[in-house]
Amino acid sequence: MELGNIEKILEKYFEATATVDEERTLRAYFSQDEVAPHLEQYKPMFNYFSMAKEEKYTKPVPLKPRVNYYKWLSVAAAVVLAFGIYFGNQYQETKRLEQAKAEYAYEETKKAFDLLAENFNRGTEKVAYLNEFEEAKQKIYNNN
Amino acid sequence: MKQTEFLNVVLPFQDKLYRLAKRLLVSREEAEDATQEILLKLWSKNESMSKYKNVEAFAMTMTKNFCLDRLKSKQAGNLKLVHSNYTDGNTSLQKQLEAEDSVSWMERIMEELPEQQKMILQLRDVEQYEFDEICELMDMKPTAVRVALSRARKTVREELTKKHSYGIG
Repeated sequence: MELGNIEKILEKYFEATATVDEERTLRAYFSQDEVAPHLEQYKPMFNYFSMAKEEKYTKPVPLKPRVNYYKWLSVAAAVVLAFGIYFGNQYQETKRLEQAKAEYAYEETKKAFDLLAENFNRGTEKVAYLNEFEEAKQKIYNNN
Repeated sequence: MKQTEFLNVVLPFQDKLYRLAKRLLVSREEAEDATQEILLKLWSKNESMSKYKNVEAFAMTMTKNFCLDRLKSKQAGNLKLVHSNYTDGNTSLQKQLEAEDSVSWMERIMEELPEQQKMILQLRDVEQYEFDEICELMDMKPTAVRVALSRARKTVREELTKKHSYGIG
C-alpha cells in the first residue's frame, strides 16, 4: 500500500475515526520489516497490539457437575421420608400395643388385689374368733 | 446446558476475558483468577444464559466490573507487589537495553493510562471491537468513546516519540 494512504489512515487512527478494517491495514503495514523511516516510531505500538492478542488463557476451569445436585437431593429426601413413615408407623404401632398391654396388666393386677382384699377381710373375721380365744386364755391364766 | 456445550460457548472469548483482566490487573495470576471467577459465575447461571443475546458482551462487562471492583478493594492495595511478569524501571543498564524491546515498553506505557482509556484501547486495538460494542460494554456515549480512544492513542504516541527521540528512555 502506498505511503500517502497509510499516513492518511494513521491520522484518522489517532483521531479515532478509522474503521476496524483501516486499522487492520495499519497493523498489516507495520508488521512488515520495511517501514518508512519517519513512521518507524509507530511500529512498536502496532506490533504490541498484534502480539497482545496472542495471549491465551491456559488455566483450566474447574466446572463441577453441579447440575445433578438438586435431583439427587430430592431422591434423598424421598428416601428419608419413606423411611420415616415406615419406621414412624412401626413405632406408633408398638407404642399402642405396649399401652394396651400395660392397661391389661393394670386391670389384671387390680382384679388380683381385689380378690386378695376380699380374702383378707374374710381372714380377719376369722382372726376375731382367735382373739376371743386368746382373751379367754388370758383370763384363765390370770386367775391361776 | 451441558458442560461441554458451555465450554464451546465460552471458548471463543475466554482469552479476551483474560486479556482484558490482565490489562487491568497487570499480574498474570490475578488475571487468571479473575477469569476463572467470571467463567464460574457464568457457569452458575448457565440456565439463564440463553436469555442474553450476546453472551460475550455480557461476560466482558462482568469481567470489567469484576476487575474494577478488585482494583478498588483493599486487597488490591498490595497488588503492585504481587505481579512479577513485567520488568521494573530499576534494572541495570543491560536490562534497560533489553527493555528497549518494544513490548515491555508498550506494556509500561499502557499501564500508565487511566483505567477507562486502558480498557477502550484494549477493546479496540487489541480485540478490534466495533464502536457500538465498546459503547455498550463501557456504558458510554459514542463521542465519549472516541475522545477517550483518541486521547489514549495520542498518549501512547507521545510516550513512544519521547522514547524514540531520546533513545533509551
